[in-house]
Amino acid sequence: MARISLKVNGKARVVDTDPDTPLLYVLRNDLNLKGPKFGCGLEQCGACTVIMDGKTARSCSVPMTDARNRSITTLEGLGTVAHPHPLQKAFIEEQAGQCAYCMNGMIMTAKVLLDKNPRPTESEIKQALDKNLCRCGSHLRIVRAIKRASQQA
Amino acid sequence: MLDNSLSRRRFLKGTGALVVSFSFSGTLSEALAQSMASSNSELDPTSLDSWLAVAQDGTVTVFTSKVDLGTGIETALAQMVAEELDVPFNRIRMEQGDTTKSIDQASTVGSRTIERAGPQLRQAAAAAREELLKLASKRLGAPVENLTVTDSVVSVVGNPSKKVSYGNLIGGKRFNVKITATGTGWDMKVAPEVKAKDPKSYKVVGTSVPRVELPPKLTGEFTYTQDVRIPGMLHGRVVRPPVVTSKPANIDESSIKQIPGVVKIVQEGSFVGVVAKTEWAAIRAAEALKVTWSEPATKLPANPDALYAYLKNTKSFRDQVAANKGNPDSALAQAAKTFEASYRWPFQLHGMIGPSCAVADVGKNRATVWTGTQGPFRTRQAVADLLGFKEQQVRVIYVEGSGSYGRLSTDDAPEDAAVLSRAVGKPVRVQWMREDEHGWEPKGPAQLEMARAGVDAQGKVVAWDFMDRGFPWTAAQGMPLLASRQVGLKPAAQGSSNGSQSGGEIYAFENQKVVAALIPWVHPDETPLRTSNLRAPGQLARCFASESFIDEIASELRVDPVQFRLRYLSNNKRATEALLAATKKAEWKERPSPAPAPSGAVVIGRGVALSDRAGTLCAAVADVEVDKSVGSVRVKRITISHDCGLIVNPDGLKNQIEGNIIQGVSRALMEEVKFDARGVKNLDWDSYPILTFVDVPEVDIVLINRPEMQPLGGGEPSIVPIAGAIANAIFDATGARLREAPFTPARVLAAVKAAAGSQKG
Repeated sequence: MARISLKVNGKARVVDTDPDTPLLYVLRNDLNLKGPKFGCGLEQCGACTVIMDGKTARSCSVPMTDARNRSITTLEGLGTVAHPHPLQKAFIEEQAGQCAYCMNGMIMTAKVLLDKNPRPTESEIKQALDKNLCRCGSHLRIVRAIKRASQQA
Repeated sequence: MLDNSLSRRRFLKGTGALVVSFSFSGTLSEALAQSMASSNSELDPTSLDSWLAVAQDGTVTVFTSKVDLGTGIETALAQMVAEELDVPFNRIRMEQGDTTKSIDQASTVGSRTIERAGPQLRQAAAAAREELLKLASKRLGAPVENLTVTDSVVSVVGNPSKKVSYGNLIGGKRFNVKITATGTGWDMKVAPEVKAKDPKSYKVVGTSVPRVELPPKLTGEFTYTQDVRIPGMLHGRVVRPPVVTSKPANIDESSIKQIPGVVKIVQEGSFVGVVAKTEWAAIRAAEALKVTWSEPATKLPANPDALYAYLKNTKSFRDQVAANKGNPDSALAQAAKTFEASYRWPFQLHGMIGPSCAVADVGKNRATVWTGTQGPFRTRQAVADLLGFKEQQVRVIYVEGSGSYGRLSTDDAPEDAAVLSRAVGKPVRVQWMREDEHGWEPKGPAQLEMARAGVDAQGKVVAWDFMDRGFPWTAAQGMPLLASRQVGLKPAAQGSSNGSQSGGEIYAFENQKVVAALIPWVHPDETPLRTSNLRAPGQLARCFASESFIDEIASELRVDPVQFRLRYLSNNKRATEALLAATKKAEWKERPSPAPAPSGAVVIGRGVALSDRAGTLCAAVADVEVDKSVGSVRVKRITISHDCGLIVNPDGLKNQIEGNIIQGVSRALMEEVKFDARGVKNLDWDSYPILTFVDVPEVDIVLINRPEMQPLGGGEPSIVPIAGAIANAIFDATGARLREAPFTPARVLAAVKAAAGSQKG
């Protein structure tokens, strides 16, 4: 066990954990966050995506030793139903999502995309999200939502 | 107190707190719903209070065993109730899938929710409105005929100052009114004697009310099954055997000694699991635990050829006849020209993005289960059978999980959690790992389609003989699920039907036989190739085959595929209109298929397919681009028409159709469970790829609204024609006929080469 400090959604946190524990389980079970989801544990689906120091990270495969002193943003760090982030607002307006289990990954990946490239083309949006899996088939709405958010930004 | 229960609902939906705790000690909503938790009896469907309750603030809580799987039915059903009751939409709360608070309306499967549960809830709401008007009549001293309702307020026509709200009339109190309810499950007729509104007056039904649960899902505030946390809860993982009856010959407990936090290794029969204090410890322990399994006695067919040979040569245990008229055999013998072809469809995955998950809290004579099951009552029965409890000793509480497409109608994780919780005497959460889900989820069954047809000298189809040979669902209602099988419960039946529609019965051929034969697939040692209902069960394969086959005939006769179909649809107005609506939208040009061969490797084509699933009609036109040099297929656009009667929520329906199309393209082009004699080979997403963003087609939807009809289902009918339309488009582009799904580059390349060879020959 080790005490590991990190910043999550702007707040300094210290957790006492096995240093091999993937960040995902610490976020979900120790820090009570529900945004990042377990999907595969293999970096294949993207449901667990968080933003770590400005870049997307698959939290299922980031051991806590690698998260030490890093700044993590989860879906909860963007906005709330009462005060949604422009991306979340656009997803709601486009009704982008069915079961929405994958949407954490979609929104967090889109956030990093728009931070780097505020006016992406449709093709750039699809490329950016191509490693994120959605089984319900909400892809078209997700692309529309990201486009909408980029136009409003 | 009622507010407690309502806020608990919001709590469950996720307003921040993560830990949810439930007990059998009731809230008022349970009392209002005649909670049976304490009495060990079931709710009475003839009591209006079993269906809905009005709070003092006017909020209406609707109790249903139907569950929103991410398809939007929570919103759509609430629209139907709001409409009938004249209550503002945002004052309706749907309480879904708690077996102590709802009537068993059957599992949420088969696109039957809006069609069947919709009218059940609508009639209950109409009965409640009738009762509320009676109460208001007394209160206001005016006859019922002189009353009107706007936004939950009853007033006297011509004297609007005389008014009373629903909340004031009955808020927080029981109706104590009997209604009629006959039949069971989705066949239950609820208060049919009560006159519901004329659909012409609808204000809420038919509008695109935004989904109620979507905003918290998009902010992380929603509580999924996977997010349920119970005080004192431990984490479990299961170590699966090669086949269910493989015995753990040896469990080396020392292999996980070094992992801190392991609470217990649990073994019952061939069930082996670990329970730990943390999730990571449970995962590590399950991975590290050395179990030596006895060699499985059962061998799977070693490859697809062996599998399809088994399907072809094994006697069916039940033939389901979808159409049988005239005498196809003698008509074939007299036909001017005959056709014969067979088509293959592989095992496919439901492929939930979030694997199975449940929490169980098993006590001495009570058990509570939180899960994303499609059938709370079915899960209740399964868990009760496993534990040796009466059904009423088990409470199942639905908490939405990942989209499941049929997979969670046989929900395995609650059984795993129950076995582990019983062993440690504490609540246990079990989540399957990705390889567990890919490996052990019950697959959509493989199917072999065998078709024969004959045409007369005038080119008229005079004989049609279509045989679907496939496996039943071995994981089905009444069949023991995985953990039950592992602890020793035996199946008492062969399994359930995989459906029989879409074998060409939509067309009026003179001599016509459409049969779906069920081939036994229950082994004494069940393998990871378990089977169950996958979205529009069996129908993609049958529609792919029958719609390819009719295209093959049309092509041979040099007739435009749409015109050819229309000849046999003259008595089917809705099918005709669906076909014409889609082809008009797609700007279909009349000509036979294939298209005149262009030069170059990259060619384009279009194909059409038509389907009827549970009364909902769809016609799809696929536009594809095929690179003949490598065999790659790109679906550029799907145009689809959709007629499910009265449309409750147009945008919600479009969302479903888009999803069906994308999943359908994925299944048609890419998806195949690989196996050998020992088990399933694709245990992750790299080895079982699904369609991703860059390959998603454009989608163009024509909704056909029929307010004069009852609403029908929209959850799965539109996936049915997708594979057939794509196969026909590939043929149109290349002249190559694909008779085996998925249409991978290797298969397309082989078909293109074969077509080129036959043209030369």
